Amino acid sequence: MKKLMLGNEAIARGAFEAGVRVASSYPGTPSTEITEFIAKYDEIYAEWAPNEKVAVEAASGAAIAGARALSAMKHVGLNVAADPLFTMSYIGVNAGLVLCVADDPGMHSSQNEQDSRNYAVAAKLPMLEPADSGDCRDFMKKAYEISEQFDTPVLIRLTTRVAHSQSEVELFPREEREVKPYEKNTPKNVMIPAYARPKHVVVEDRMSALANYNETSDLNKVIHGSSKIGFITAGIAYQYAKEAFPEASFLKLGMIHPLPERLIREFVASVDICYVVEELDPVLERQIKAMGLPVHGKDIMPVIGEYSAAMMREKINGEISKPAFKGDSTIPVRPPVMCPGCSHRGVFYVLNKLKLTVSGDIGCYSLGSMKPLDSMDSIICMGASISALHGMEKAQGRAFAEKSVAVLGDSTFLHSGITGLIDMVYNKGTSTVIILDNSITGMTGHQHNPATGFTIKGEPARQVDLKELCHAVGVDRVVVADPFDVENFEKILREELSAEEPSVIIAQRPCALLKKAGYTGCCEITDACKNCKLCMRLGCPAISLTESGPVINDTLCNGCGLCMNVCKFGAIVKK
Amino acid sequence: MNIMIVGVGGQGTLLASRILGAAAQAAGHQVKLSEVHGMSQRGGSVVTYVKYGPEVNSPVIETGEADMIIAFEELEAYRSLPFLKKDGVMIVNTQKTDPMPVITGAAIYPAGILDIFKEQGVRYVACDALALAKEAGNVKAVNVALIGVMAKNSELDRSIWDAALEAAVPPKFLELNKKAFSLGYEQA
Repeated sequence: MKKLMLGNEAIARGAFEAGVRVASSYPGTPSTEITEFIAKYDEIYAEWAPNEKVAVEAASGAAIAGARALSAMKHVGLNVAADPLFTMSYIGVNAGLVLCVADDPGMHSSQNEQDSRNYAVAAKLPMLEPADSGDCRDFMKKAYEISEQFDTPVLIRLTTRVAHSQSEVELFPREEREVKPYEKNTPKNVMIPAYARPKHVVVEDRMSALANYNETSDLNKVIHGSSKIGFITAGIAYQYAKEAFPEASFLKLGMIHPLPERLIREFVASVDICYVVEELDPVLERQIKAMGLPVHGKDIMPVIGEYSAAMMREKINGEISKPAFKGDSTIPVRPPVMCPGCSHRGVFYVLNKLKLTVSGDIGCYSLGSMKPLDSMDSIICMGASISALHGMEKAQGRAFAEKSVAVLGDSTFLHSGITGLIDMVYNKGTSTVIILDNSITGMTGHQHNPATGFTIKGEPARQVDLKELCHAVGVDRVVVADPFDVENFEKILREELSAEEPSVIIAQRPCALLKKAGYTGCCEITDACKNCKLCMRLGCPAISLTESGPVINDTLCNGCGLCMNVCKFGAIVKK
Repeated sequence: MNIMIVGVGGQGTLLASRILGAAAQAAGHQVKLSEVHGMSQRGGSVVTYVKYGPEVNSPVIETGEADMIIAFEELEAYRSLPFLKKDGVMIVNTQKTDPMPVITGAAIYPAGILDIFKEQGVRYVACDALALAKEAGNVKAVNVALIGVMAKNSELDRSIWDAALEAAVPPKFLELNKKAFSLGYEQA
């Protein structure tokens, strides 16, 4: 029987079957499970790298050294890895190299809605886009063939709805591949100007050859339906279009860069009206219009957010579906919140109390921007908290630095926060950094990182000592503190803010969802409660306000005890 | 068949959708499941879609398309109501969990949601799945108890469910979950 698999699991399966030997990635929704599933195969060496640039470089090295290799990342991760990406396009491969990038239209879990297909165009690389889990497996195997045949890294583009949907996949055995011999090849692998100039010519020729290959590739499918209406589309947009217009004709593209011009011309000529359907940017449409072909696309469909079959029926046929039942748009929203027992809650309680300017970062703690904690002034990208705070200090001066902090997680600090800290020390900044060390990469679902002391496969590893690392880059004031001891934490924070030199507070407490957090039982509010509502400022989902005062919900409370530490009247006790 | 599972992050909607997917596949259907991971796990509204039939394209269910909605929480049931077909069935766990705007006092949890369903002529089945889960031995089995209620209201045969549970649930928790499933199935 075919197996129901997540798109991400099918990508991993395809890599396994294609004989991949090395995988290096940094987690990021919606790409994380690719590498998690790969790590379950004993035949593949897998690792979490500190960031996507390192991961792509490690995978590139493996491919140059003769092993089929992979790196997977979310869209913004490809920004981090863009530097090796553009030059690996020139170098090419020895054994196959495939880079999987997962976009997030609709921003389910992302800070922007960029369209990574633009990278394929800019870096001059072939890109494949699967439309379901079956495609994911098939396209991976094809991608390695293309990579080796055309001496190029290959990009696979996913979107959330493909990466995180399950559909059926047929399983095949692994094709075991020996590691190819490594031979020194300076003109191929050393990108100094003298060798890079001829390689640019190779890249342009390769793109022409790939476009030619794509004309007859079985990655693309023509589905002959009604000649009245045709769709050129790929990925999840194909599924929406097929559902909305099952009778229409389709050119479902599998390789979306470089485009097969003859195939597209033939298809457009075979239908009365042709729509190019793609979420986000008009990447296909722009190129097809540049061929001089009369197609429709973003003139009627949006460049923002996810598509749907209903949206397409409406935009193309003017059909508006009316729901049978009315909802109520005024009902309370339910945004994500920090979990009960979250180690970050104590920190944000203090930041809110002191009304500090907070330069934030990417992780669960971005939830500290929500009421009632409401303590985040900016979030830009991974690692930006420290460097942005440093810039703020240089703009506003020392007095500002006394009232502001950077906050970022342990994994984010190692990803790219460390370089910001070096900038601050080197360039005489005096700001305060709080590393929220919860012993895990939390938001993406508990991945190990260099500070946890374990590898992706759960094997013990040398642990980065965050305190020593901060000392080594020149921070003399490094304090480790428990964020749940709020009184002491506030005292330390005030001291570090007033110090006229850079300082780092490592707020150490494990993620509440880790076993080692060790929380048991449940708290309750006794008659000693004066209804001062201080505990409500924690924004704990387990504490609700009733007419008679705050109460603790025993199905949500895990007994972390933070509210007990905050209560001035000793009115909260362990049940 | 288009089935939506709605709830609060952490209630186990993902496992419920996987059990349902395994059952539909065992019954010989083409199946697609759509999940949302990441931020939405952190106590926010979560929605998963399970679609099955002879051919399924889009993995997503849109307004007015759900044959069945399994709601793990009352407010989330109400939020998902526009997705229900005219003759669709809403299965509602009567558990209530306050969202953050209610906790902070910025909003009020709407009262009488089931009465609103009644007024609008919604076909619904209400059950206290938390009580069923407690009876089975673990409050976390709410999800599987609700799948039991759903199973009774679906055309999928009772005989395929044990295997579906075995496929999706870790062996350690299998007996507990089988019990929760049966309690849900019998009470529906």
